[in-house]
Amino acid sequence: MTATDQVKNQEQPASPGESPMVWAEGVHKSYGRNEVLKGIELTVGRGEVVCLIGPSGSGKSTFLRCINHLERVDGGRLWVDGEVVGYTQRGDKLHELSDREICRRRTHIGMVFQNFNLFPHMTVLDNLIEAPRRALGQKKGEATQRALALLEQVGLQDKTHAYPRHLSGGQQQRVAIARALCMEPKLMLFDEPTSALDPELVGDVLAVMRDLAATGMTMAVVTHEMSFARDVADRVVFFDDGQVVEEGPAARVITDPQHRRTQAFLRAVR
Amino acid sequence: MTGDAGAGAQAPPAPHVDDQPESQRPAELSVDAAELTIVPQRHIGRWIAAAVLLVIAALMVNSVVSNERFQWDVVNTYLRDVSIGRGLWLTVWLTAVCMMVGAALGVLLAVMRLSGNPVIRTAAFGYVAFFRGTPVLVQLLLWFNLAALYPVITFGLPGVNLDANAIITPLAAAILGLGLNEAAYMSEIVRAGILSVDHGQQEAAGALGLTRGQTMRRVVLPQAMRVIIPPTGNETIGMLKTTSLVSVIAVPDLLYAAQTIYSRTFQPIPLLVVASIWYLVVTSVLSVGQFYLERRFSRGNRTLAPTPLMRLRAAVSTHAALSGRKSS
Repeated sequence: MTATDQVKNQEQPASPGESPMVWAEGVHKSYGRNEVLKGIELTVGRGEVVCLIGPSGSGKSTFLRCINHLERVDGGRLWVDGEVVGYTQRGDKLHELSDREICRRRTHIGMVFQNFNLFPHMTVLDNLIEAPRRALGQKKGEATQRALALLEQVGLQDKTHAYPRHLSGGQQQRVAIARALCMEPKLMLFDEPTSALDPELVGDVLAVMRDLAATGMTMAVVTHEMSFARDVADRVVFFDDGQVVEEGPAARVITDPQHRRTQAFLRAVR
Repeated sequence: MTGDAGAGAQAPPAPHVDDQPESQRPAELSVDAAELTIVPQRHIGRWIAAAVLLVIAALMVNSVVSNERFQWDVVNTYLRDVSIGRGLWLTVWLTAVCMMVGAALGVLLAVMRLSGNPVIRTAAFGYVAFFRGTPVLVQLLLWFNLAALYPVITFGLPGVNLDANAIITPLAAAILGLGLNEAAYMSEIVRAGILSVDHGQQEAAGALGLTRGQTMRRVVLPQAMRVIIPPTGNETIGMLKTTSLVSVIAVPDLLYAAQTIYSRTFQPIPLLVVASIWYLVVTSVLSVGQFYLERRFSRGNRTLAPTPLMRLRAAVSTHAALSGRKSS
């Protein structure tokens, strides 16, 4: 079933202020014959922190990447902040957006990657102010002021003029978080932010994420850190084989999983 | 490595040396670690090879200097000749222009090769296949003789009516032949550079809301430069020498100027030496420029290679530190 078919005769989401930040209905995604998302139903409410957990290859990262259109959805519907991701609906057709419009919408969604993906040829400060200046048209002074405040927030004000390779993995990831926050996003996506870190550096990054959650930021976090999910997330969603198998309040899913596969997974990662 | 560490490595289960009575300690430990002098390995074979090479070099210099048939006085006379100077200038100018044409067209072709549209990809591929697959000398001669194929150039547009003989001067043929050929090689170099940049960089830039053009200009190409510059330096040096081919289509470059003189004076060897000296001088200057360019574009990526000045300073300060320690 294509996205176009599903859109027919469906009511529009409620006005942006009331609708959830992320709303997925039957989201499908395939690479060739390999179906990696098999109809995902999921919502992330405003101000909510949702952790996506599950085994490797279960589709949780792919789903996260669909949210800012780094991956194109093949079927179903996915709204972010009341707008269909990557498309605009005219009558009963979904038209793929122009590159420029896709870029504009992405400026409202921050993303943090497993491998940091800082720009190695720029200093920390230049990494932070690049997108605000180019994509939002901010003045250099204005962008720099905000960047310095955010570096202080993640505890790296003394690394302003360092190059990324001179930072530890944990510091790089904190810079990456600050870089995403520079765009003043409405939603933050974290794709296994601590999986590439040495164990003793994980804590610093999680602390920054905890602080961010406390400010009321809407966050979708793909993670294997079960204690983080239990303590910080409002809800946990368990993915397996391209489907949402179980979801619920964080403490309940982590400590008292109902589904057989959730139980097996949580036993294995403990 | 100090004596202490060496002893520890020989006895894995950590012998508590300090607990033993002084008399039972091995003799090596009676010397304090800080006092030990390190004697580096002597490479006898390398010393012999170096000596042999020095002897061979001396013999070669001697034969070149003492062989009167090199006519060093003639070389000296023509080294600063005005027509040689003009030829040298044209060679350098032609190299610069052809490399600029090649680089600009090369970036365009590289981006076309990475396009999502198969027709655009194939067009770029065909261009590279043609210009890389035929000898550049043949291409030069074809451009030079373009009037034989298209006496009047119209570009298929009404109102355009150009006389090919008037437009395709020897210099224009040289720029077209060398520049278009260079573009084929440059496109492969640029493409390799773009592909060398981790795909995560484009994703990160895209996720931040940068457009594809901004991502290419601000994120991908600056990082690709690290991979692009060394082979481009080689291409520039190669181009400087390849421009000597234009002497066959009567462009008055460095080699052509030398040929013009020796066809008059019948002294080919000294004049070819003059040309060679100037080619060598310019390529040496280009190599130095390449070093500093590479340094500039490897910022933030690895430890920068020290410049000769930095090496000199380091050597002086090390020497000072060593002699200072000995005297104290």
